[in-house]
Amino acid sequence: MDTAALEVVDLVKHYGSTKAVTGLSFTARPGAVTALLGPNGAGKTSTIEICEGFRRADGGSVRVLGLDPIGDATELKPRVGVMPQSGGVPTGARAAEWLRLMASFHASPIDPDLLLERLGLTSAGRTPFRRLSGGQQQRLSLACAVVGRPEIVFLDEPTAGLDPQARMATWDLVSALRTAGVAVILTTHHMEEAERLSDHVVIIDHGAVVVEGTPEELTGRRRDVRFSTEAPIDVDSLRTALPEGGTVATTLAGGRHQHTVTADDPDDLGPEFLATVTAWCASAGVLAEDLRVRRRTLEDVFLETTGRELRD
Amino acid sequence: MMTEHTFGATVADSDTTPTLSGDPGLFTPAPGAAPMWRMIAAQARMELRVMLRHGEQFLLTMVIPVLLLVGFSLVNVLDVGEGARVDALTPGILALAIMSTSFTGLAIGTGFERRYGVLKRLGATPLSRFGLLAAKTLAVLAVQTIQVTILCVVAVLLGWNPALSPTGVLAVLVLGLLATAAFSSLALLMAGTLRAEATLAGANLVYVLLLGLGGVLFPTSNFPAPMEQAVSVLPITALASGLRESLAHGALPSAGTFLVLVAWTLVCGLLASRLFRWE
Repeated sequence: MDTAALEVVDLVKHYGSTKAVTGLSFTARPGAVTALLGPNGAGKTSTIEICEGFRRADGGSVRVLGLDPIGDATELKPRVGVMPQSGGVPTGARAAEWLRLMASFHASPIDPDLLLERLGLTSAGRTPFRRLSGGQQQRLSLACAVVGRPEIVFLDEPTAGLDPQARMATWDLVSALRTAGVAVILTTHHMEEAERLSDHVVIIDHGAVVVEGTPEELTGRRRDVRFSTEAPIDVDSLRTALPEGGTVATTLAGGRHQHTVTADDPDDLGPEFLATVTAWCASAGVLAEDLRVRRRTLEDVFLETTGRELRD
Repeated sequence: MMTEHTFGATVADSDTTPTLSGDPGLFTPAPGAAPMWRMIAAQARMELRVMLRHGEQFLLTMVIPVLLLVGFSLVNVLDVGEGARVDALTPGILALAIMSTSFTGLAIGTGFERRYGVLKRLGATPLSRFGLLAAKTLAVLAVQTIQVTILCVVAVLLGWNPALSPTGVLAVLVLGLLATAAFSSLALLMAGTLRAEATLAGANLVYVLLLGLGGVLFPTSNFPAPMEQAVSVLPITALASGLRESLAHGALPSAGTFLVLVAWTLVCGLLASRLFRWE
């Protein structure tokens, strides 16, 4: 068992009467990617900024590499890489010179030119920060976070607003960090990103952990059967045909009836379950279009655990 | 130092998208801070480059002082005091140049760095706050050296004939450094407590007010006595009159001149260290 690179225990943070973080706990390992997922205002950035030493906790404890983010800041800063959600670079500074400056703060940094090349920023090296595209600004900020060869990096929404190519380059870099043994803690709204990149997902809402685990543990063995029809079907009849604990949900989308058939016990949803559904369709004279057995995605888990209502 | 990477830096297949996965050693952790002097030197160079590149800032620190010096030296439209016009004008213009960098430029630059999260981001690097202040100070002093050199050359070309004595030059240097400390403290106080736009407006307003009131273009003895008394406590008045005493009259500035600058430094420096907010 690795020792934790980051240990957050019962963290509490208030802003006036607003409770941003309400007793949040999780750990992150070296050589692993830990994703903090949550709706806007769930407390992700507050948590990260306390870990980075930018804010003081009102309760609980945070240990980064076994040290206190504020009390041991001098010892910790060379070992930690930070990518803020936006900004952090003077508007008039050029991309390459700013990365070189960040490199010069460290004892044995990565060659800035190589890092620019790997992130597709070489041609933008002489461009002032304010004239970089949003995606280029994000990648420069990411490069600044890793150029000092840190042991742990905090990336606050590293791929927000990136085009697919830039997102792939970022994912590639995050994978390389993990392979090299760096502890990566990132926040994201992007479910596919969390599912593909992370070893450990922590879903946060209202300032506390709702559920956590590996993407496999969270999406798990849970599956459902989905199909669509032009005409409505007899939902009750299908439900009675299913084994005990089967449910049918129907929605109307794009003028078609979409049906989702699930089993309470994930083990029940096997080949026989599918056969039961298709057999019922045959007997009822229903042509099941777009029929598929679908694994539950992280997005399903996210929406189930944090609710579907809009937040601002 | 920046080339001490120990991985095979091969970027051979340039026609395919470069991937990082082929270079697993690249990100192997090797943390450590650079020596403090190297961090400060690097940050000071960056500050200097950003200052010199900034268009409005260049206008304020270089173009306007030179234009005022040349214009009012050659055209007789202003009562600048007795003696050759360039001799009377140059000390005040030098004072303006010192203020433009250590007050106006520093306040606006730092205000927007705070607004864009630069100060916060730098707070997460091994560069300490002391290191950042030291770097800013070095950059300000470097710009001022360039300004003073250019202005002195222009003034000499216009026939400037300063009264130079070793103690006078020493007094000029001490006044310049004290005034820089006073203006910088005031600049950081504004930049660290006000919104960036308020700092921008305020710093420009104070620049114009001090330019008009502070004995930059003409001695404050041209003012009515009560007003002369009132403006004598301004840092720009102390600096301009002190420089004029030393360079135009060959006399040592009064102790009060130094005291005014020390008082501004202490008060603003103390307030700034208490109230400055990094984000």
